[in-house]
This record gives sequence, C-alpha cells and structure tokens, in this order.
Amino acid sequence: MAAAKGLMARKEQRAAYLFLSPWLIGLAVFWIVPIIASFALSLTEYNIITSPHFVGLENYRDMLQDRTFWVSIRVTLKFMVLSVPLYLVCGLLLSLLLNLKVRGINLFRTIFFLPAVLSGVAVAVLWVALLNPDVGAVNTILRSLGMDDPPRWLDSPTWAVPSVVLVGLWGIGGGAIIYLSGLQNISGQLYEAALLDGAGPWQRFRYVTLPMLTPTLLFVLITGLIDAFQVFDLAYVLSRGGTQGIGDSLQFYLINLWNEAFVNGRYGYASALSWVLVLAAAAVILVIFRTSGRWVYYEYDPERGR
Amino acid sequence: MRTVEAPERIEAPPEIEPQPKVTRYRARRISYKVLMYILLLGLCGFILLPVGWMFTAALKPDLEPVFTPTPEWFPTTFWEWGNFHRVLTESMPFLRYMINSTIIVVACIIGELIACSLVGFAFARLRFRGSKVLFYILIVTMLIPWQALMIPQFLLFVKLGWYGTYLPIIVPSFTGTAFFIFLMRQYMRTIPKDLDDAARVDGLNTWQIFWRIILPLSTPVLTVCAVFTFLWNWNDLLRPLIYLDSDEKFTVAMGLANLVTRADTPWNLTMAANLVSILPCVIVYFFVQKKLIGGIASVGLKG
Repeated sequence: MAAAKGLMARKEQRAAYLFLSPWLIGLAVFWIVPIIASFALSLTEYNIITSPHFVGLENYRDMLQDRTFWVSIRVTLKFMVLSVPLYLVCGLLLSLLLNLKVRGINLFRTIFFLPAVLSGVAVAVLWVALLNPDVGAVNTILRSLGMDDPPRWLDSPTWAVPSVVLVGLWGIGGGAIIYLSGLQNISGQLYEAALLDGAGPWQRFRYVTLPMLTPTLLFVLITGLIDAFQVFDLAYVLSRGGTQGIGDSLQFYLINLWNEAFVNGRYGYASALSWVLVLAAAAVILVIFRTSGRWVYYEYDPERGR
Repeated sequence: MRTVEAPERIEAPPEIEPQPKVTRYRARRISYKVLMYILLLGLCGFILLPVGWMFTAALKPDLEPVFTPTPEWFPTTFWEWGNFHRVLTESMPFLRYMINSTIIVVACIIGELIACSLVGFAFARLRFRGSKVLFYILIVTMLIPWQALMIPQFLLFVKLGWYGTYLPIIVPSFTGTAFFIFLMRQYMRTIPKDLDDAARVDGLNTWQIFWRIILPLSTPVLTVCAVFTFLWNWNDLLRPLIYLDSDEKFTVAMGLANLVTRADTPWNLTMAANLVSILPCVIVYFFVQKKLIGGIASVGLKG
C-alpha cells in the first residue's frame, strides 16, 4: 500500500514537471540566462559589431558621473512621488463611487474602465493634442476660466512630468477595477455588525472597508512603485520619440535605457543600467513587504491556517 | 456583488415615526443621490469629452482647423468619413498595421492559453517537490520588470537570426506569462478537489483530468487571459520598436507612435488613425467587460 502510494506520488511528480515544462524552459531561456548574461555584459564595452571588451566596473563608475543617468533618476522619482499617492487615493475614491448601488451604475463602470483598455500610445497621441500649450483644449478652457498664463504642459520642464501624471489619471479606472473587486469581496455581515454597533458612514469606511482593503492597497502600492520604472510609451510619444524640443524633462529611466542600448548602441553600459533597475525593483519589493506586516490585515484563511 | 445599502435597512416603519422626520430623512437621501449622480456625470465628462473631441477632429476636412477657439466636443458640421478610408489604405497603411497586429495577437493568445493553463494546473492541483520555491520564483518574475532583461533577450534573438521577424514577440508567449499563470492557479484552486479524486477512481490519468475536467471548467479565467493578452500585445510599443525594422511589418502601436514623431502629419488624419487603432480594443472590451471585471473579482488577490 505504502509502496503504491509512493509510486503514485512519483508519477504525479513526473506529470507535474511535464506540465511545468513550458514555463521552466521560458524561465531558463528568458530569465535566468539573460540575468546572468546581463551582469556579464555590464562589465564590458559592447556595441554588437565588435566582440565584448572587458572593462570591469567602469560602466557603473560612468553611470555615477553620467548627467543623463541622474536626470532619469530624478524624473522617475518625481513621477513616483506625484503619481503613486494620487493614483492610490483617486483609484480608491472612484471605486467607492462605482460600488454604489444606484441605477445605471453598470454603464458608469463601463465608461470609467474604457481608457484602461486603450494603448499608452493612443492615449498619448490624444493628449499631445489636448495639452498643446497654445491651441489645445485644456489651455483653451483654462484661459476662458480667466487663467491668463496657463502651464505650458509638455513644453515646460516643470510641467512635463505632472502632464504625464495627469494623462495617467485619465486611465485611473484600470486601478479602480482592482479596488472594486477588493470591495466586493468584503462580507456584508461586517457592515451589518458595524451598523448594529451604531457606526456611521465614516466609521464603517475607517474600521471595516479600509482594513479589509489593505491587501489590495499593498498590491496597488507595489505595482504603482514598479510601474514608475516602466514608464515608456507615454513618455516616448509625448516627447516625440524621446528627441524633440523639451530636452531632458521626460527622460524617464526606461527611455534613457532604451536610448543607450538601441540608439547609441552601448549595450554594455545599458546592461549596467538594467542591473540597477533590477536592484531598484527588488529593493522596493523587499522594503514594502518587510513593512507590510504592520499595516496589511489578512483575514483568517482556514486553508492556509493563517 | 454584495454591498450593504445602509439607509434602506434601518428605515423605520412610517406610522411609528413622526411625519416630518421621515420627510427630512428622505430629502437627505435624495440629495445624497443627486450629489453622487452629479459626481459620476462630471467624471464621465472627463473620460468621454476627450474621446468626443478626437472624433470631431477625425471627421474634419483637411483645410478645416481641428483646434478651435472653443473646443468642439461633438461633431456637428463636418462629417468627412473618407478620412478613415484614407488612413486605412490610401495615405497611411493602417490596414496593413492592423493585420500585422492581429497576426501577433492571435499567435500570442494561442501560446499563452496553452502554456499558462498547463503550468497553472500544475501549480494549482499537483503535488511536487519544489512547488513552494518555484511558486516564489513565479511571483518574483511577476514583479521584476521584464524590461530589465530586454538587452540580453534582444542579443539572444539577434544571434538566432530572429531580428526583423515576429518570432521574438510570439515565441516567449508559448512559455507563459507569470501573471496569467498566477491567475490560472488561483482560479483552478477553487475547483473542488473531489472531482480529481472521483476521476482518478474512474481511471483517468493526470492529462485526462486536466483536459476533460479542469480545462472545461476554467473558461472564465481562460477568457480573462485571452483578453489581456490581446490588449497587451495590441497596445505594446516597446517590443515591436526593438525588433521590427521595416514599415510593412509594423504594428498599430508603432504606426501611431511614428505619426506623432513625424511633425508633418495632419491632425485630422492622426486622430482618425488613433480611432481606428483603438476600435478593436473597444469592441472586445464591450463584449467581455462583464467577464473581465467579474474574472478579476473571482480570482482575488490573496496569495
């Protein structure tokens, strides 16, 4: 009997690895090998035409002295600081609004989620026109509201990053979907119990909704922080291919990385930039997870015994 | 879809409550509702007016300015439908771009569905050594931006001679995407384990359990994965930008990005091209939105 069980388990194990094989192959070929190759390349000077030339840590040293690198860090951090809290709060508020039980709410949901399915390029193309400082609709409205000197948006070094944040706000519905699913998973009994205890709307939000939503908030926070490193499409289109006019103001981290590799052909240096990106993402994830125990509330899940 | 509509539950029977209090209560509830509708409608304007402006601009004839002293949010005077035709075939090859994007998207959907359902099944329902470690690795690859690996991947594909083809975009999808594998696993875990046991008693092997029992029950999550694969690949700019080198292979996203990069493109045609490019996404969205939102909700986010 025990032997038969062992045989079954071995068979199941073999089957499992067969089922996993597409992913395991992908993991090896598209993750593990590239990670190692990327580190090796980051220690070389490589332009794809001549063979790699070992330079030690020079690429990393160059990075510290590269003005564009620091600009890209500053732009990325600026975007992060502006976008993460704003999207977190606005997404939450929107999802509370969309969770109301009023007539026609499904139509409203459909409309709000719509921009989230559109490509970054399409959205950027539209907003390039709307944010045109001289003739665009946004400034036309601002002028008619009596603002004589509205921001020059993408043409202004100060307003370029806030413009990207604003354009992202248009697609906030995508984040609200995630909150909404979190809200709908909160048991109605909790609200009933709170009502019986005489809790008002604010107290119900503060002591029921918010704690129950913390796992969702954790997810949104992490993806929001990592997304800041990944801003590309919007910045690429809004800065007309990373080249035009506004110079450095939309030099996001990934734009710089893309430029160094695929425009300047400095694959070794760009690999070093890639490694810094991996480390930065890993650091963000680690810090957030380490501190999350203090504010994330997990419901008891009998299956996991937690 | 459970939420508690608080005021309705504590509404007291009218004959007991003194009359004026009930009216005041009702008035407050109505004004609250009106306020919510005003908010919802205002936000709808923020979402829809830009789309309306785009539509208006796309329908203007060449000599009519798209930027007007007061923004025109809805088409009223000009209905130049020919612009769409010009964008698709005559002055721009957007039909070609759309066919290219469709080829990529269909191939990627096939790849993702095969790979992610297999791998998700293994993580959800099979016991094997190292399952915990492998699952952690899965989560890590979900969080690390793939762009950090795009350079070695690019060099690999160049070595393989795949530069300038769709293979670097399509082939990785046949090894699955961490996020979709995660969704599949979460969903398949909710299917009762008794089904497997009963099937094993009936003599079905692991493959048959997957193919005949679990997969047919997983259509909601398969739909969600297919739709996300469609949207992500249709909308992806970075990979086509890196790997494709000739205009007849370009995707919709690339074609659009190029329009803005070239300063001389007329705005009416740019907006027409933009509308044409988003139309498939909007159509797919309208067809599956219930499943999409429900699918995310059913999967949940708890590990």
